[in-house]
Amino acid sequence: MTTKLFGQRVPRVEDPRLVRGDGRYLDDLGHDALAAAFVRSPHAHARVVDVDVSAALDVDGLVAIYTHEDLAGRVGEPLPLLIPHPTLTHGRTPYALAKAEVNHVGEAIAMVVAADRYVAEDVAALIDVSYEFLPPVVGIVKARDGSALVHDDVPGNVAATMLQEVGDAAAVIDGSAHHQSLSLSIERSASMPMEGKGALARWDADDESLLVHTSTQTSTSVRQALAAKLGLPVDRVEVVTPDVGGGFGVKIVHPWPEEVMVSWAAIRLGRPVKWVEDRREHFISSAHERGQLHEVEFGYDDEGRLLGLSVRFWHDNGAYTPYGLIVPIITSTQLLGPYKPVAYRVEFQSLYTNTVMVTPYRGAGRPQGCFVMERVMDAIARDLGLDRAVVRERNFISPDEMPYDHGLIFQDGRPLIYDSGDFPATLAKLKHLVGWDEFAAQRDQARAEGRRVGIGLACYVEGTGVGPYEGGHIRVETDGSVVVSTGLTTQGQGHQTMLAQIVADELGVSMDRVRVTTGDTRRFKYAVGTFASRTAVMSGSAVALTARTVRAKALKVAADALEASEEDLEIVDGHVQVKGSPGARIDLGAVAVLSNPLRYAFDEAAARATQFAVPSDPNQPPVGPGEEPGLEGTDYYSPVGSTFANGMHAVIVETDPDTAEITILRYCVVHDCGTIINPMIVEGQVHGGVAQGVGGALYERIEYDDSGQLVNASFMDFLMPYASEVPHIEIDHLETPSPLNPLGVKGAGEAGVIPGSAAIASAIEDAEGIVIRAMPISPSDLFDLRGRYSPS
Amino acid sequence: MSTDALHDITITINGVPRKLQVPARRLLSDAIRHDARLTGTHVGCEHGVCGACTVIVDGAPVRSCLMFAVTADGADIVTTEGCRAPDGAMGPVQQAFRECHALQCGFCTPGFITTISAFLETNADPTEPEAREAIAGNLCRCTGYQNIVAAVLRAAEIRRDAGPGR
Repeated sequence: MTTKLFGQRVPRVEDPRLVRGDGRYLDDLGHDALAAAFVRSPHAHARVVDVDVSAALDVDGLVAIYTHEDLAGRVGEPLPLLIPHPTLTHGRTPYALAKAEVNHVGEAIAMVVAADRYVAEDVAALIDVSYEFLPPVVGIVKARDGSALVHDDVPGNVAATMLQEVGDAAAVIDGSAHHQSLSLSIERSASMPMEGKGALARWDADDESLLVHTSTQTSTSVRQALAAKLGLPVDRVEVVTPDVGGGFGVKIVHPWPEEVMVSWAAIRLGRPVKWVEDRREHFISSAHERGQLHEVEFGYDDEGRLLGLSVRFWHDNGAYTPYGLIVPIITSTQLLGPYKPVAYRVEFQSLYTNTVMVTPYRGAGRPQGCFVMERVMDAIARDLGLDRAVVRERNFISPDEMPYDHGLIFQDGRPLIYDSGDFPATLAKLKHLVGWDEFAAQRDQARAEGRRVGIGLACYVEGTGVGPYEGGHIRVETDGSVVVSTGLTTQGQGHQTMLAQIVADELGVSMDRVRVTTGDTRRFKYAVGTFASRTAVMSGSAVALTARTVRAKALKVAADALEASEEDLEIVDGHVQVKGSPGARIDLGAVAVLSNPLRYAFDEAAARATQFAVPSDPNQPPVGPGEEPGLEGTDYYSPVGSTFANGMHAVIVETDPDTAEITILRYCVVHDCGTIINPMIVEGQVHGGVAQGVGGALYERIEYDDSGQLVNASFMDFLMPYASEVPHIEIDHLETPSPLNPLGVKGAGEAGVIPGSAAIASAIEDAEGIVIRAMPISPSDLFDLRGRYSPS
Repeated sequence: MSTDALHDITITINGVPRKLQVPARRLLSDAIRHDARLTGTHVGCEHGVCGACTVIVDGAPVRSCLMFAVTADGADIVTTEGCRAPDGAMGPVQQAFRECHALQCGFCTPGFITTISAFLETNADPTEPEAREAIAGNLCRCTGYQNIVAAVLRAAEIRRDAGPGR
């Protein structure tokens, strides 16, 4: 019997290749390609007066140097604004190579192509760029005051102002029995995948076609964007995503200047050209996230029920806005979490600064929103002397209110409607897992021993699986193997395993017969990309629907061969058989042969299959109307709206009374991502997310000085957690199926990171009795807070 | 400007002696990856912090991005490709990584495989804290390390069950 694979801890099919060193990441390809390096601005804000290459021209191995002057036509125009929005009135994007002005340290000014990277960097160092300095705008406060401008034609540095309001929040707050205000901030962090970006372009002059390998989260859209930029017909461009060493959001942005330039240079030179980002380049020229300041006012009743909530925030979008307003829109909508204030007003400004641009990093604006909302919940509890879990419970949307319409517009331009979730049940599981009700005694005992321990919790809701669509193609080969492709890409999430589980179940074949390809436009042209925890929901549903189409076709073809009715057939272990009569059966490979009426019996499978072939009707064409040869199919999944996962974290910390060192003693997660395809993979996603949440709460801080220099642009100074910093993570699951898709799944990729700062702030506050308003928090920050803190 | 002078060196990588011609400034990591074309070793930071490029040089784990290839002349080097079983299947540490779901994107993994392989030569039966300490110099952005710690313990178990040998 075929064992059902959906829901099983199936080991990953990717692993044997990757652990043995047989992975193929971007820099493992194209050993003989020319190497590119870029001259990047060392200044945050300047006009480029002159680029003098004369000293660089005699270096052995130099092939070409390009500046903006060389970029005629569309390739010389600004890069696309990928996600426009009516409120993004002043969107600005960079050029592939800076035209006349640089707006952050790291912006590319010239491209060098040489025999190898060593030589290319030698040449880059010899290119002399003259600058006329402009005042740098660094930080939200400086951007907001508007006295210096990042872009001359953007007044007040304001890219966008956006307001959404449900009810009259000001009036409701005024009319509430209690009200408070809070000023909160979150600093910048970054995705920081272990593999940086990179691109390899090969131009085939005979075929007039371009093949680009790039470490991206969206190969289909890179293809379209490159064709548009380079003035090529789309069908002359293919983009392949090799193994990718992590993405976490930063690789969804496209086309990067380097993707455009490497492709353009490969065409111009007629030789393969490769660029591989080094770590410093990744810090200063890719993208960051998180930086926001919030001013919050809220009113609540005697029971702790939040009635009115008004949030104004300022979002630092860095120097450019190619990814539109996705991050602040998500913050402004997902801030609400599992709660339902009577009235909600949110207004944000997205501001330019002379720093690396801001685009989604795992969580994508949600960690900030969660931090704000959970600070509000803790503030209400503190004011009324209520248990923090009780206050949350009183504010939850209840299961019988699902689907719940917030009356807001979400990041996909669709209404913010929660499809499902059981928040009280999630909280009950979390309280049980962490021992919430027993903790007061532990805290008291610790305090009696001179130790400071505290517990915190945080709740979030995550819109996952945003549209518009994903698709799948499945073909059963004549040897019975099943070839699956979907257009979105993979950066380590185990998509080959997860999608193979789904297809194997749907088709009734064993998993070792299924091969999955992602992110290769030669195989599948239509896709959106991997972001917003969407692969299981979107491509998972798409391949399930496709497999059902292929299954129906297999039954139809086999019904003729077996002289049985389709309704009487089933597929077991890769064979179509008559139910209850397994002797009468035909393997799927033979069905594939029959589905394709060839003239020639060219191999054993064909010869064997012909024995089952029923005599054809001489009055009908061999391929009937509406039919296609081959046992294959393509289908798409396009949801009406996002599906909403949720979860709650609880953390116990200890703070050192002398040094203010912060240690996590326990970290507990309850997570509801609907039905689970592979619990091992989901838990791995949660672990990784929590590690990034811990990093963002306690260690990681992108630090610019006033002149716009990124002073910690290395792994020595930007402190990503090692094994010594990440606690053991305890997980429990709740499975509330989504009604929106055929599998009942919700996304799981980003969840783990979202409530990290909120939960840890809550725990530190509990341990210290000091209100925490800014994250991340270092021991030095906490030490300073202690010195400044007065309980009033 | 003249081309860098080339130096003849011999490095034994995974038991195979390789004669390479490299400039003095060629990093060992680049020589392994681009000259010997063994791309299992990865480069994550090029400043010795992330550990992705860790290889075993004469028995000790070394960051190959912090070593010039010429200084490895005559050395015996093991990369993750060399941590396979003799028949090319997954070796004990690699097998443990799969069983414990200790990798996601797999980019940092080769550095962990070599680090752990070298560690288990010195401590065949580590405790959980020792296992965590052993990997605390390598960065992973995907897994949160919990399953890597489990894989260290599982690899030790597989090695003990299988008898001596990497």
